[in-house]
Amino acid sequence: MGGSKWGKLMRMRKLKRFIPLYIMAVPGMLYLFINNYMPLPGLVLAFKNYNARKGIWGSDWAGFNNFKYLFATQDAFIITRNTILYNLTFIVVNTMMAIAVAIILSELRTRGKKFYQSAILLPFLISSVIIGYLVFAFLSTENGFINNSILAPLGLERISWYIEKKYWPFILVLVNTWKNIGYNCIIYLSTIVGFDKGYYEAASIDGASKWKQITKITIPLLRPTIIMLVLMSIGRIFYSDFGLFYQVPQNSGALYSVTNTIDTYVYRGLLELGDITMSAAAGVYQSLVGFILVLGANLLVRKMDPENALF
Amino acid sequence: MRTKEDRIFQIIGNIVMIILSACAIIPFVLLVVSSLTDNDTLIRNGYSFIPEKWSAYAYEYVFKTGNSVMQAYGISVVLTMLGTVCSLTITTLLAYALSKKNLPGRGIMTFIVFFTMLFNGGLVPTYMNYTNTFGIKNTFWALLVPNLLANGFNILLMKSYFVTGVPDEILEAAYIDGASEFRTFLTVALPLAKPIVATIGLFAGIAYWNDWNNGYIYLTKRTDLYSIQNLLNRMIQNIQFLSQNSSNISNANVGLSSIPSVSVRMAMAVIGVLPIIIVYPFIQSNFVKGITLGGVKG
Repeated sequence: MGGSKWGKLMRMRKLKRFIPLYIMAVPGMLYLFINNYMPLPGLVLAFKNYNARKGIWGSDWAGFNNFKYLFATQDAFIITRNTILYNLTFIVVNTMMAIAVAIILSELRTRGKKFYQSAILLPFLISSVIIGYLVFAFLSTENGFINNSILAPLGLERISWYIEKKYWPFILVLVNTWKNIGYNCIIYLSTIVGFDKGYYEAASIDGASKWKQITKITIPLLRPTIIMLVLMSIGRIFYSDFGLFYQVPQNSGALYSVTNTIDTYVYRGLLELGDITMSAAAGVYQSLVGFILVLGANLLVRKMDPENALF
Repeated sequence: MRTKEDRIFQIIGNIVMIILSACAIIPFVLLVVSSLTDNDTLIRNGYSFIPEKWSAYAYEYVFKTGNSVMQAYGISVVLTMLGTVCSLTITTLLAYALSKKNLPGRGIMTFIVFFTMLFNGGLVPTYMNYTNTFGIKNTFWALLVPNLLANGFNILLMKSYFVTGVPDEILEAAYIDGASEFRTFLTVALPLAKPIVATIGLFAGIAYWNDWNNGYIYLTKRTDLYSIQNLLNRMIQNIQFLSQNSSNISNANVGLSSIPSVSVRMAMAVIGVLPIIIVYPFIQSNFVKGITLGGVKG
């Protein structure tokens, strides 16, 4: 039928019908082109000796020199270590906390349940700047709650929190958990709510204790979800929460060795130090390794549970 | 059938959740109380939950003399409304088009959207693109456009809702009745997709209200375009800078006199979170639904 006049007419009609749909797609596609695709050629900056007068394309090629310099510095090691170690800690702590809270919430019968869930989700909706203020209210050396209302009454010395490095790994993990726990437990909670009640009824008829039900039914049933979410987080392990690492320590120079991540390094290189090439090299490093990790994580997810793979 | 064990679990569970909820809320309480504390008391005793002397001076000060605060607040409000509307329009239109199974080129278009979630040029090329090619530095566009207008995640989330939540047969029926594609979208598909439109609108609105990155990166000279987040950010940075470089005392004094007092800063932060706290009870369930949708099919 394709060659006949009738077929042609039908095809034309069909295509004509699609025109409005293409028009509807234009603004979104155009935006993604501008915001996500047009910058991509700029990645060559990492391979150039950037000269603002000559522009990106006019500047001389530097080959892999920028990367050589980057990896010759202590910075490359520190930012990679910080990014990965913090993320790994976040994954472990957040996953355990989220599962525990989701299980508790799913078992509670009180009306307070809704309130609890709302309360712990609230910090997730607050901007990093405000979170910086909240943390500052506790930690400020002169006026902070901890120095004034906890350490002083106990006769302990004040601590200059924003200069002392050793506390920050704990502070950042704590703030991250505080911020994300409500968000992280939502998916686990909705998964648990979807479980077949029959398992639990059968178990309690058999006299299984609550603890037994949790360890023998809930957690095994949650396993696919846990594995999937953890793998997805591992795929994002090269990216850090810029707001957390930049705003919460107040960009304090004394803390860089424990708060500098790839994202904050790229930011400072570009906008504070004017070291654009180093910043660009670190950015390319992040984009490439990050891309490989996302693909790898997805490959694993697809092997275990094709339903949940991204592609 | 309530066993003893079950009762103990209920009690412990409630206690744990009360502690966690308190931890989540307490920092906000400290913020609000500090903003209502007399400034001298604050400086003498530090931030505290039970101040010696209360005072609403900080709020009076902000409303009477805080021109820059009100302006930044206005910009945040306009930005959030405009941004949410633009973002929703762009996202919904594209998601609807991508949900049409027989649209030629749908596969490749979906991939183009999806790929933005996998690979990202990062800050430097994006900055170069927006400043050199588009010249949006120090304009209002800088707050509105970079990274926030639409993203692959929201588009694909909405697309899958159109695919599963809006049956083809209904659209087809409307189309056969003579409605144009656009009319079908507006009068049939959109009302059916209300929940997801609300959710994505919420995501966008919160992202715009909370954003400080764009202003921080692109508004280097036009501080009059600062959103409330940028203003708050600059204030706390100035304080940090001065306290870290306070060896130069005369300099620090000059600087400090131009910075609002402690309680005023806290009042401004309260005003900055207020909209989120006010709308939170109404948006909370929709927000949870959105996260669940996104988590199930990312």
